[in-house]
Amino acid sequence: MASSGTYTKKELPQSVMRLGIILLVSGLVIGLATFALDSKRAVFNYLLSFVFLLTIGLGSLFLIALEYVSNAAWSTPFRRVAEFFSSYLPVLLFVALPLFLFLVDLFHLTHPAPDDKILTGKLPYLNIPFFIIRVIACFAIWIIYYLYAVRNSRKQDETKDQTLTRKNLVASAIFIPLFAITATIASVDWLMSLEPHWFSTIFGVYFFSGSVVASLAAITYTVVKLREKGYLHTGVVNDHYYSFGSLLFGFVNFWAYIAFSQFMLYWYANLPEETFWFINRWAGYWPVISIGLIIVHFIVPYAILLPQPAKMDPKRLKFASLWLLFAHLIDLYWLIMPQYHSDKNHPLLYILEIGFPMAIIGAAIIIFYLNFKKHNAVPVGDPKLQRGLDYRV
Amino acid sequence: MKRSNKIFGVTALFDTPDQIIHAAKKTSSEFKDFDVHTPYPVHGMDAAMKLKPSKLGYITLAFGLTGAGLALLLMFWTMSVAYPMVIGGKPFFALPAFIPVTFEVTVLLATLSTVFGMLTFFFKFPHNTHPLHDTDYMKAVSLDKYGVFIGAEDEKFSIEKAKEFLGSLGGKSIDVVYDVDKNIFDAFSPKFLGIVATVAIVVSAGTYITLNKVMYTTPFNWMDNQFKSNPQKPSDFFADGSYNRPPVKGTVARGFIPYEFTGQTADKVLGVVNPTIPSEANLKLGQKKYLTFCSPCHGNYGDGDSRLRGQFPNPPSLHTTKLREWEDGQIYHVITAGQNTMPSYAPMVTREERWAIVNYIRVLQKAKNATQADVDEVRKEMASNGK
Repeated sequence: MASSGTYTKKELPQSVMRLGIILLVSGLVIGLATFALDSKRAVFNYLLSFVFLLTIGLGSLFLIALEYVSNAAWSTPFRRVAEFFSSYLPVLLFVALPLFLFLVDLFHLTHPAPDDKILTGKLPYLNIPFFIIRVIACFAIWIIYYLYAVRNSRKQDETKDQTLTRKNLVASAIFIPLFAITATIASVDWLMSLEPHWFSTIFGVYFFSGSVVASLAAITYTVVKLREKGYLHTGVVNDHYYSFGSLLFGFVNFWAYIAFSQFMLYWYANLPEETFWFINRWAGYWPVISIGLIIVHFIVPYAILLPQPAKMDPKRLKFASLWLLFAHLIDLYWLIMPQYHSDKNHPLLYILEIGFPMAIIGAAIIIFYLNFKKHNAVPVGDPKLQRGLDYRV
Repeated sequence: MKRSNKIFGVTALFDTPDQIIHAAKKTSSEFKDFDVHTPYPVHGMDAAMKLKPSKLGYITLAFGLTGAGLALLLMFWTMSVAYPMVIGGKPFFALPAFIPVTFEVTVLLATLSTVFGMLTFFFKFPHNTHPLHDTDYMKAVSLDKYGVFIGAEDEKFSIEKAKEFLGSLGGKSIDVVYDVDKNIFDAFSPKFLGIVATVAIVVSAGTYITLNKVMYTTPFNWMDNQFKSNPQKPSDFFADGSYNRPPVKGTVARGFIPYEFTGQTADKVLGVVNPTIPSEANLKLGQKKYLTFCSPCHGNYGDGDSRLRGQFPNPPSLHTTKLREWEDGQIYHVITAGQNTMPSYAPMVTREERWAIVNYIRVLQKAKNATQADVDEVRKEMASNGK
């Protein structure tokens, strides 16, 4: 039953690099124009773009760890794509640096009113020095695991040493609980503390569900596209997509479940210190995005991915994953931007807001291109590779 | 199982999953009526057998949507239309609160319909046995072998051809399976009915004894005996020997407004203002209550010519000069507190109704003592209203 097929290393065409550079440069130009016009809005946009790429990188890192601890074989032929995506994390630490200059604009917690007992009570945790320490510590944990796991994985390409898989398994088993903690801390730091009076104990899970959806969508789209153009192992067939489709479908449901759980408990308890966060997202034009999020992030992808053939159909998968990446951007917009629109009659969307997301996507394409140039796109030395290629529905 | 002479098909066993995938591929291109049996799901089997995607999903989808619709309809009807209740200050149609129930009912109907759809459409219920049951072939493929079965219904089927074909694929233990007499179990045989009846009796009796006797033996008393006080029961605890506690002095019942002139005569009650406006609705209410409660003694028009003439002392007319000059509050006082032989009507008519009766009495008084000028004014008003 062994599948035949080979992998030969190829470089992505120059046009990909050009696309990345065009997006990055034009995005930066638009972004800086926004900064000149409305610096606060631009900073929030920058944060949005940063978190967008952070969630993709983190989700991919989690999927790598998940593959090792669950000893999954189906995803082994595509693990390199996830590895390339998680290579954003070291870069993102530097992307985060400009944000430290604008912490006062971003975070109300940096300048609480003296009579604000809630915020003064939270000061031991929510203060700038500790914030920076947490950010660096979280990035350190992610980057250490990333470097360790990916280096082992690349070494295996040449040495075919099976103990490296074992080493990565142990590292992943240690990393997953750390990931749960650091992802929660990151979600609280970058998103929840934008409104420091508000709290949600499920917020870390919400962030996690969104980041897995985003990274799965990114990986799925890339895998389907790469295979169509013949950059992956030729043994890959449509059956391999089935798990991507199922996981995407599952995590879309998981996201909706968590989002609804969070909303329903606040709605039911109806306590003013909790509901104002949702009321802020219902003021002015915001219902369009709040209701739109349910449709864009749940109903439409649910309907697309529900039929079994859709989970193996390259066309529908590509559409669904691009759609979900867009939905994730809307989700983050819904989380972040209401903190900027302090006056509720502010225009909801702003054409220049496209700048920083464009730039960050351009940067993502460039990093991916460089990774692809340097490394094998398939872990040719992995002992599970053949088993993964043999996978059939 | 009793078998007939009719041939049902030919079976063969294989040793490895690779062999069975190969055999399934070959068989599916040669025969139409065939099946493959494996001890566990073998990846790639659907494609090897050239199976089309199952239609079962459509049943699940249809019933899942039905479940969602029914659940929402049920909650909409009970909570918002038939018996609306304010719960936690939420709207009557509180969609977020309905979503968990909708979800559960959707899942319930979807799964049940999947199981019953599978039983009916794919397992041909009530057919509850199959010629392959109770064969060495079925025992082997339930353990560690992989089997192919070619059915006699196939147009290319012949015993020799099927045997030769399976042999050429490397199949072992090639066997012929004969059809069974009937593939519906006889549910009316005395033995089966006896077993069903015995099981029914044992289960019901066991359930009854467990739930009603065993579960009520000590230490389970299910709060039958509680250290609590029941109303109307004597008490060892309180000094007056009663569990009923009288309300604290000065307690006012909800919705009750105390009347401050209780025990006084009507001529002392001065300066109480009528709080109502004698609108049409108010006068209609006053008329209704007057005719119900006042007219038996005072008469339909307040003349004191009661329908109970003789049984009680006749009340005076309501059209005397004294009563016409009384304040509204004084008439209200008499209705509320009673006067002479007239009892208090406070328990029967509410405060608003009493004031409405006062207004109606004023109308009766005006009608009895109207001048020509009043009549002209009313006629003019009616003419302007087009009556």
